[in-house]
Amino acid sequence: MTAIDLSPSARTVLDLPGPPTNAVAKARWAITDGLTVAVRNLRHIRQVPDRLLNATVSPIMFVLLFAYVLGSAIAVPGSNYREFLMPGIFVQTVAFCCATTAMGVANDMSKGLIDRFRSLPMARSAVLVGRTSADLVEGLIGIAVMAGCGLAVGWRIHAGFLHGLEGFALLVLFGFAMNWLGTIIGLLMRSPEAVQSLVFVTLFPITFVANTFVPTENMTPWLRNVADWNPVSALVAAERELFGNVGAPYTGGAWPLQHPVPAAFLYSLLLLAVFAPLAVRRYRSAVGR
Amino acid sequence: MAAEDTAVRAVGIRKRYKRTEALRGVDLSVEKGTVCGLLGPNGAGKTTMVRILTTLLKPDGGEATVAGCDVLRQAAQVRYRIGLAGQYAAVDELLTGRANLEMVGRLYHLPSRQAKARAAELLERFDLADAAGRVAKTYSGGMRRRLDLAAALVAAPPVLFLDEPTTGLDPRSRNDVWQVIAELVADGTTVLLTTQYLEEADRLANKIVVIDHGLVVAEGTAAQLKSKVGGERIDVVVTELDQLAPTAAALRSATQSEPTVEPDDRRVTVAAPDGAATLTAVVRELDVAGIQVADIGLRRPTLDDVFLRLTGHRAEDAEESGELEEVTR
Repeated sequence: MTAIDLSPSARTVLDLPGPPTNAVAKARWAITDGLTVAVRNLRHIRQVPDRLLNATVSPIMFVLLFAYVLGSAIAVPGSNYREFLMPGIFVQTVAFCCATTAMGVANDMSKGLIDRFRSLPMARSAVLVGRTSADLVEGLIGIAVMAGCGLAVGWRIHAGFLHGLEGFALLVLFGFAMNWLGTIIGLLMRSPEAVQSLVFVTLFPITFVANTFVPTENMTPWLRNVADWNPVSALVAAERELFGNVGAPYTGGAWPLQHPVPAAFLYSLLLLAVFAPLAVRRYRSAVGR
Repeated sequence: MAAEDTAVRAVGIRKRYKRTEALRGVDLSVEKGTVCGLLGPNGAGKTTMVRILTTLLKPDGGEATVAGCDVLRQAAQVRYRIGLAGQYAAVDELLTGRANLEMVGRLYHLPSRQAKARAAELLERFDLADAAGRVAKTYSGGMRRRLDLAAALVAAPPVLFLDEPTTGLDPRSRNDVWQVIAELVADGTTVLLTTQYLEEADRLANKIVVIDHGLVVAEGTAAQLKSKVGGERIDVVVTELDQLAPTAAALRSATQSEPTVEPDDRRVTVAAPDGAATLTAVVRELDVAGIQVADIGLRRPTLDDVFLRLTGHRAEDAEESGELEEVTR
């Protein structure tokens, strides 16, 4: 052991700045701190590559199961089932991003890391911004893998490059909003095990009671109402429109499905506008065990 | 004590959780360059107090300054001047030891080169240089605790908070931590540590503050606290539980004072104002009563006695008294 200076006098050689005094400095720190945390979270992927595997293998399995097993018995008017299916799988996968985020946040809570971060002079938003943006990068990798898988089973984008791009941008926006929902769940639940059970019993119904895998026309009227107003349905319908995977025109009375693209953007922005400030607020007073 | 000599000052701190009143008006002052030991059982409010002083929790009432800055109005300044390490060794298990410390340095807004240099220094100092490139989840409990402590020292903070720094450590690692704390204090750092180990407070702290049920029940040096319970004690351990009552009676008649009975340990303790002479009288009395004694001894009072005297229960037994955890889940 070499003798190093642990004493407070060591501060004289450290360039410790004070807290930011103006809005510009504050914003700069929010960004650099957010990046520091994002880099930390992305480094985790190298340690736990199976997490990335999980994020990609299960959607691929869904594509294959639905395309070849269930798809053989599901007839979709005006479209072939694989074309119909892929936008649904995209949205479902992105919705499940909130589980990844919630688990990560709950894990940090239970390990006491959130306490450490909160005792550091870093921007209050950084832990959450870093987490959600790193998870977004992970989500993008998942989307790319799934698009490849979709192309392999015969799915195509028919509506042109720009619309296709808009479709992916919408997925990213929705995924980002879901990540913020995930941070709230993680901060509230505090343990990864609790998150796991909660997220799966809620996300499965939310993504299944929708037009994700089957059209809503033949559902019982009350269930169809729920499904038609479910933001997931608007998202899926918007993706079908933007990718040009449209089947029979929508005949129901729900506004979001009559105008799926603007509705999907609105829903996503609304989720983001509600959950992001709520999450930061919750983080300010979050304590571990 | 002049204000500029005080590293931590808290007045009337109150904090209430849904069902429990965790702190009911705690005053605390810690002189610069000293160790203050916050001693109390689980649920006494120690961790809540640390969380308030480190800006993690807002108190419901009272005020506090740390390193001259107000914890409510100048929270950001406080965070630049403190380090926090806790019983849960808050290190990122999926990062290497080096990456953990560099990240903390970056979050204190040290320039990248300094963050790296500081991380390297601390890894060296805490005997982690060889393991610096390994992810922390491969570390032993002692190594993690050292990494946690190193992370708290990245900014060379003038005030260090240690929440049960040695809970769950083996004796060797515990001694390492004690040695580091002693060095830090010798170099001028102020340390506030919480502990439920009387030995730890006795060994490290210049001042001990005993809290129980959210209130300060005593404070002073270890010697001052011990003098509160008077002189030496006699411990008698009996072989059979039904011997406890007759033993207590024998001690009462030999010393004219009221003994404490602890059935769990089959032990009866009484004050021995005249030391060895009292011991002789007690032995004679026990012999006359025909009591089978497993062990008997004369000893100096410990902080355990202080605790028992002040709170009515031993420090380590408190968990069994059915108190709520101090943070509601």
